[in-house]
This record gives sequence, C-alpha cells and structure tokens, in this order.
Amino acid sequence: MSVNWFKYSSPQTFFPLAGKLALGFGALALVACAIGLYLGFFVAPTDAQQGESYRIIFIHVPAAWMSMFLYVVMAFWAGLGLAFNTRLSGMMASAIAPTGALFTFIALWTGSFWGKPTWGTWWVWDARLTSELILLFLYFGFMALQAAIDDPRRADKAGALLALVGVVNVPIIYFSVKWWNTLHQGASVSLTKSPTMATTMLTAMLIMTFGFWFYGIAAVLLRARCIMLERERGSDWAAQYARGYARTAA
Amino acid sequence: MSWGSLDHFLAMGGYGLYVWGSYLVTFALIVAEVTLLARRKRNAIGRIR
Repeated sequence: MSVNWFKYSSPQTFFPLAGKLALGFGALALVACAIGLYLGFFVAPTDAQQGESYRIIFIHVPAAWMSMFLYVVMAFWAGLGLAFNTRLSGMMASAIAPTGALFTFIALWTGSFWGKPTWGTWWVWDARLTSELILLFLYFGFMALQAAIDDPRRADKAGALLALVGVVNVPIIYFSVKWWNTLHQGASVSLTKSPTMATTMLTAMLIMTFGFWFYGIAAVLLRARCIMLERERGSDWAAQYARGYARTAA
Repeated sequence: MSWGSLDHFLAMGGYGLYVWGSYLVTFALIVAEVTLLARRKRNAIGRIR
C-alpha cells in the first residue's frame, strides 16, 4: 500500500485532516492528563527527601521536554521549507513557535516554584536555567522576526534561518547538567541507565508527557489551520470553508 | 496515597503555594492558548467573508 504524502503538503487538503487530527489528539491529551494527574496526586507516594513539593515534576519535566522537542520539530519544518520551498512547511514552523514558547515558559515557571522550596531561591544563573531562558528568547525572536516581515514567504525564510541557527542551543540545554557544575539536578530518566525514581512517580510523569505531547500536537494543528485560513483567504477553498462555517453557525 | 481530607490535599505538606502556584499557572496558560486559538480562527474566517 502506498500513501501519497504529497497530497497533504498543500493547505486545502491538509486543512480538513488537521481539523480531525486536532480533535483526536485533544481528546487523547485530556484522557492522558486525567490519568497522569490521578496517578501523580493520588497514587504516587510522598518523596522521602522533598516531601510533596516534588509533585511539580509531573508538569515541569514534561513541559521542559516538550519545549526542546518542539524547537527541534520547528527547526525541522523550517529547514524543509528552505530546502523545498513548500508552502505548508513555513506554516507549520510558525504554528509551533507559540506553543513551544508556552511550554518553555511553563518549564521555567514551575522550575522556579520548585527551586524556591528545594534550593532556597527562585532563580539562579546556572547553565541549565540560563540555556532554557535563551530557548524562550529564541522562540520570541522567531515570532517577532516573522511578525516584522509583511511578506509571509520572506518571513518564513528569515524565521527558518533563525530557527536553524538556534537549534544548537537544544543539546546545550540537554547536556548542561553534565557539562557544567549546576544547581539543577542531573537527569532522573535517561536512555543509558535505569531511572532513579519510584515506578509510580515515573509512570505518572511519562503519562503526563504523552498528555502534553498530544496537547502540543492539537494546539499546533489548530494554529496551523488559522494560518492557512489567513494566508490563503483569497483562495476558493478558504471561501468555501467560510461559507460552510457560516451555515453551521447560523 | 491517601490525603485524608481536602485541607491536607490543598496544604500539600506545607508546599501548597509552590505546587498549586505551578499547576494553576500552567492550567491558566493552556486555557488562554485554547481561547486565543478559537478567537484567531473566528477572526480569520471573518476576514474571508
């Protein structure tokens, strides 16, 4: 069986598919977060060292992972757009940036609220925190640059360059706790050694990661649909969709 | 994990401010993003018609 993937590389065919996918992933996100929060608050035990404050982990780590992952996906779409000049790639990169920035802010905010009771400070200029803050500025920079350029295709190209250059920051964030002596603890979960967490804590955290991941996919697809409608508002398919929308709303 | 009462649950062993300060802001931001997306879609459609 062969699927013609290029069929979905044009906005008018991707638009309805994105709508269905967003709905499905949104529902999955709700289910995963409900299960994850239940496990995190009602099954996972109290931490021997940190008491209940550790429960911030169930949003902090998933948000931090998503902040880095979404940046890489954004840079991937941006690079694809530069290489093949496809319309949809730039739209996807632009659609990812705000949600990536949101997860970065959540990672920083929850980290701060976790740092205060455990380290005694809201903020410290160590390698992990500073590189994550730079990630937030990269997302903001990407969005500001695109907003400053009127022609969407030129905005995509300029944004793509910034996104690709900035991708070097992601491994710096990830390995910062190894490369530098930081206040931030090392990875509790890695591919090379077994996790240093209780099983129920780890399960709750991983399920929350899937919840955030699915939410991220849904939000990005919904924003991509907005961008398609905005950029292609002169097209027949957009006009047709707007008429259908008016009929169902009436 | 049994909390016993709602008060104990909300107190989070003395870390209530930090735990709920994290969760409430996260929740509020996600609700804000979904709201803004719905508004952006309505505006986009409004400019087509």
